[in-house]
Amino acid sequence: MGSQLILNNHIANDEWQLIEPPKAQEEVKKQAGKVVIFKITGEASLNQDQIEKTTFPKSGKIILPIQVLLHHQKALMDRIAKKEIGIWIETHEEINSFIDKIDDINKFSLISVNVRKFADGRIFSIGNMLRMKYKFKNELRAIGDVLRDQLFFLKRSGFNSFLIRKDRDANDAILGLTDFSTPYQGAVDQQKPAWKIIKR
Amino acid sequence: MYKYDTLDQTLVNERVAQYEGQLTRFLNKELTEEEFRPLRLQNGLYIQRHAPMLRVAIPYGLLSSSQLIKLADIADKFDRGYGHFSTRQNIQFNWPKLEDTPKILKELAKVEMHAIQTSGNCIRNITTDQFAGVAPDEIIDPRYLAEIIRQWSTFHPEFALLPRKFKIAITGSSKDRAIVQAHDIGLEIFANNKNEMTVKVWVGGGLGRTPILGSVIKESLSWKHMLTYCEAILRIYNLYGRRDNMYKARIKILVKSLGIEKFKQLVDKEWETIKDGPNTLDELEINRVKAFFSEPNYKSRGADELSKYTDNKQFSQWLLRCTHKHKKLGYRSVTLSLKSNEQAPGDATSDQMRSVAELAEQYSFGEIRVSHEQNLILADVLEDDLFELWEKAKVQKLTTPNIGLLTDIICCPGGDFCSLANAKSIPIAKSIQDIFDDMDYLHDIGEINLNISGCMNACGHHHVGHIGILGVDKDGSEWYQVTLGGNQGNFASIGKVIGPSFSEEEMPEVIKKIIGTYVSNRHPDENFIDCVSRIGIDPFKKEVYGEKGKK
Repeated sequence: MGSQLILNNHIANDEWQLIEPPKAQEEVKKQAGKVVIFKITGEASLNQDQIEKTTFPKSGKIILPIQVLLHHQKALMDRIAKKEIGIWIETHEEINSFIDKIDDINKFSLISVNVRKFADGRIFSIGNMLRMKYKFKNELRAIGDVLRDQLFFLKRSGFNSFLIRKDRDANDAILGLTDFSTPYQGAVDQQKPAWKIIKR
Repeated sequence: MYKYDTLDQTLVNERVAQYEGQLTRFLNKELTEEEFRPLRLQNGLYIQRHAPMLRVAIPYGLLSSSQLIKLADIADKFDRGYGHFSTRQNIQFNWPKLEDTPKILKELAKVEMHAIQTSGNCIRNITTDQFAGVAPDEIIDPRYLAEIIRQWSTFHPEFALLPRKFKIAITGSSKDRAIVQAHDIGLEIFANNKNEMTVKVWVGGGLGRTPILGSVIKESLSWKHMLTYCEAILRIYNLYGRRDNMYKARIKILVKSLGIEKFKQLVDKEWETIKDGPNTLDELEINRVKAFFSEPNYKSRGADELSKYTDNKQFSQWLLRCTHKHKKLGYRSVTLSLKSNEQAPGDATSDQMRSVAELAEQYSFGEIRVSHEQNLILADVLEDDLFELWEKAKVQKLTTPNIGLLTDIICCPGGDFCSLANAKSIPIAKSIQDIFDDMDYLHDIGEINLNISGCMNACGHHHVGHIGILGVDKDGSEWYQVTLGGNQGNFASIGKVIGPSFSEEEMPEVIKKIIGTYVSNRHPDENFIDCVSRIGIDPFKKEVYGEKGKK
């Protein structure tokens, strides 16, 4: 089977390894006492134990959960400089809450945003904010439940890299990037709306 | 009205191709039911009780004669010869075959129509005042702004998969006929003291199972920032709106849980980063779109023909109820009632559609509007033509003189068609229309909005009906809960439940008693809703429930 990665409009080999944290030991309780980043829906973030127990190889390109990365940031300075470290964020994690803990977001050659369910459109706002507000210039990758019919919107929201879900063909999914030719509104890929570009 | 250029047409054609591909992948089992669901919904396709239902967009309720004829043809060819006009100014076909839906969309594309974003968790059809551009009390014509919002919201990449549906309404009149306070975003356009076009922004209104009226988030915003400010609101909603519980996912719940002040803070902070960005509007675009809505070639007023017919009671009643003041001397707007007791509220047969298209062509510059009250409107009719028009429309049973009266019922398709419904709504509407068939009595009891929804999703806007009826499910059987005192417009309010619910058979009698209570308590010239506000709901309760009601 071919690669699942679409990078800059082509099927490409994936050089990155995603580092999964261990599963939470204690059962997450419905409300009280749990660590929540996303206060309204109460989606859980990694707990301290998970952060500390996440292991990763000493060399090679790895994508670390943002919490794990922040925990090891100092120790990883050399590898960050060598462009070996990518960031993994979940759609319920608030960028605002960690962005000021990173001095220069463009030191990282990759940020991947994990969308657990197709219908979770937060990923689009996150992409837009990373590109427009935080000026991230490097590879921005969508991972998780990534299918053909999100690609056009993801591309317009600033993503240039798409790891298609394992059971789907990336050669089919790539067609989604060209569903529409000239969109109406300005977004990330084409910042001006149609009326400012062409004579209508 | 707005005409497509190559860009608009290309997008719609590309959408048809995309949808056809999605359907093929679904039928080939390359997409699961769960994966296909959001895709089909964003193309207006529901899986209903009997067959799929296809909802076609009528942007801000405006149609041309040729578009209406196309809808009639589709109703004949792919459905059972009729369509249902909805409270969002759209049209729904209840009986198409799944495999026919791409063909229907191709037919629609030929007349610059589509089903884009008519359902699903995205920005839905923009709605506005059905008398936009012709109402005497209008300050600014909202139609070109609605078209600009339509284009901006179509395939907006950031808001393609929101927590829940998102509805925007816009009005430019002092009297709000677009119920902007009952929308996720409501835009009220006015001229500020320097005579510049300004927008008052409401947020977090909505009906459904938790009815809430919107709060003002921006008292005055320059028109230039209309789109970027909406983007800031939508971004905060997209990021923080609940996605774990669909009943708590609307923006109104977010605004309520954060409080309007906190919500506004978040929005304004986000807006700082995109204000003056590329989607900021400019004169060029405003003028381009505005040009499509320039005034038609009005004739100057002829001799006063209407006075000839003062003896014709039927015509006079119709004139009073179904025609409306126009900004231009010698013109009136006409509402063609889709509320006769012979068909479900909002339904029109293909023959009726063709005949309305013809009337529009002949008397109203070839344009038709759909109102959220589910009637059809010819906006620009010469007074001299009214009698002729009335006689022709009467043949098609489109002249029931009940606009704004009790039997001009707003009604969702209900349990007869909709799989969400708890109870039927169309038979309730009919049973009420049947007992209130005396036109003189109807006129005497005056303006009353009666709205019926078959479930708490409130497609029939029951909360804002003067009398609201909600279908509820109790132990598997159908019951009806009655509310009083709801209102739309500038004095919008949510109706109060009067007590335990009723069976279908009891409903006509209940409405009779409510009206009776009004008649015996009213002051001269006092409308139903004013009477309810003055005396409260207790006298109505007492009449309806008798002594039981006192408990």
